[in-house]
Amino acid sequence: MRRLMKLLLAAALIGAAAFWFVTKPQTVPASALAAPHTAHLANGKTMFDAGGCVSCHAPSKDDRTKLGGGIALTSPFGTFYTPNISSDSKDGIGGWSEAQFVTAMSKGTSPKGEHYYPSFPYAAYQRMTIADQRDLFAYLKTLPAVPGKARDHDVPFPFNIRLALGGWKFLFLDGKPFTQDAKQSAEWNRGAYLVNGLAHCAECHSPRNALGSIVERQRFAGGPNPEGEGWIPNITQKALAKWEVSDIAELLKTGTTPEFDNVGGSMASVVRNTAQLSDADRNAMAVYIKSLPAIDGPPRPEKR
Amino acid sequence: MKKFVTALALAGVLATGATAVLAQQNVIEARKDLMKANGQQSGVLTRMARGTDPFDAAKAKAAFDALANTYAKFPTVFPESSKDGDTRAMAAIWTDRPKFDAEIAKAAKNVADNRDKGSASLDGLKQAVAVIGQDCGTCHESFRKPR
Repeated sequence: MRRLMKLLLAAALIGAAAFWFVTKPQTVPASALAAPHTAHLANGKTMFDAGGCVSCHAPSKDDRTKLGGGIALTSPFGTFYTPNISSDSKDGIGGWSEAQFVTAMSKGTSPKGEHYYPSFPYAAYQRMTIADQRDLFAYLKTLPAVPGKARDHDVPFPFNIRLALGGWKFLFLDGKPFTQDAKQSAEWNRGAYLVNGLAHCAECHSPRNALGSIVERQRFAGGPNPEGEGWIPNITQKALAKWEVSDIAELLKTGTTPEFDNVGGSMASVVRNTAQLSDADRNAMAVYIKSLPAIDGPPRPEKR
Repeated sequence: MKKFVTALALAGVLATGATAVLAQQNVIEARKDLMKANGQQSGVLTRMARGTDPFDAAKAKAAFDALANTYAKFPTVFPESSKDGDTRAMAAIWTDRPKFDAEIAKAAKNVADNRDKGSASLDGLKQAVAVIGQDCGTCHESFRKPR
């Protein structure tokens, strides 16, 4: 009996060690950024606008430069409060190293070595090139410092155990940067890079599983609004067959649909970001979205 | 006899309830129609602004007038009784009514202010459409559910 206990204890220890080994917060070492990089601030701003940083980190929609955070993001797992990502050296990211920033964006690990919750869409941002991440970091540092820390997340047990997020990452974070598809045009590839990486469109336009990860086979097929009421539309050709590429680009520029409706909800905020992009980038995104094969989304519950 | 009266009263109550439900659904339908009409008028203006259709001052003026008409009716088609039902209207309309009313008033004012400019020239129309379209989006952002 004693022996069995000992065996079990050993197995548990090995299991815990194995869990830690495969799920410990990963970092990008400074040596990975050893190559000299000249920051292109204009490109950094493009990354900033495509990435939609403002939508979650700027409390006022009238000032796109003040990134003090504190915006509540409701979810089935609890309420997240977005952090300060202004250039403030104490409360924001002003004191971060480049490696710490790239680590946050692509590994979802904080400078303190903790897992971030995937409400910060690093599963999408990991697709970014290192050069684009460095440009974005350089651009963010040109924006004003905003003092003040955001309040802590309001996430109940068991989701408040950050260590468990390592398991989520093990299952759903593949660590792969974007790869070009040589069979497609340069425009399509640019669109795919922006849509899947920076713009993280799939985060809302896809259904999620019980662990809060995107259901890959229904990517872009719409689903329940992760932030609350209503339903996020399918943006595959299942729903957008009648839309021209120019219709999609127009929506990203002005928020106007082909029926002359104007999008609302969170998409209004997204359009304020995509409106800042170049026509070429919006067209590229539209070309890629128009190419998404028709996929059925999850069935929508009966309306009341 | 007493039973009959009770039944009658009950029927009356049920009928009132049914009428209320009907009225609530009707007002929801009414505002959907108004929204659709707004979309159509915006379409007339936007197609001209984009050059899809040729600029026509009379047509533009008529569209601005139609928009003004609809906006005048908006405050009446969001009674508290129409919160539930087949609608994308968000609860915030009734929990934050002053903001909602202010946004409708602002949109209505922008239609009125841009009418003459927007029906005078193509350039004026382009500017007007940009302003008016933004008002649609602003209100939908806070007060309309995604699909």
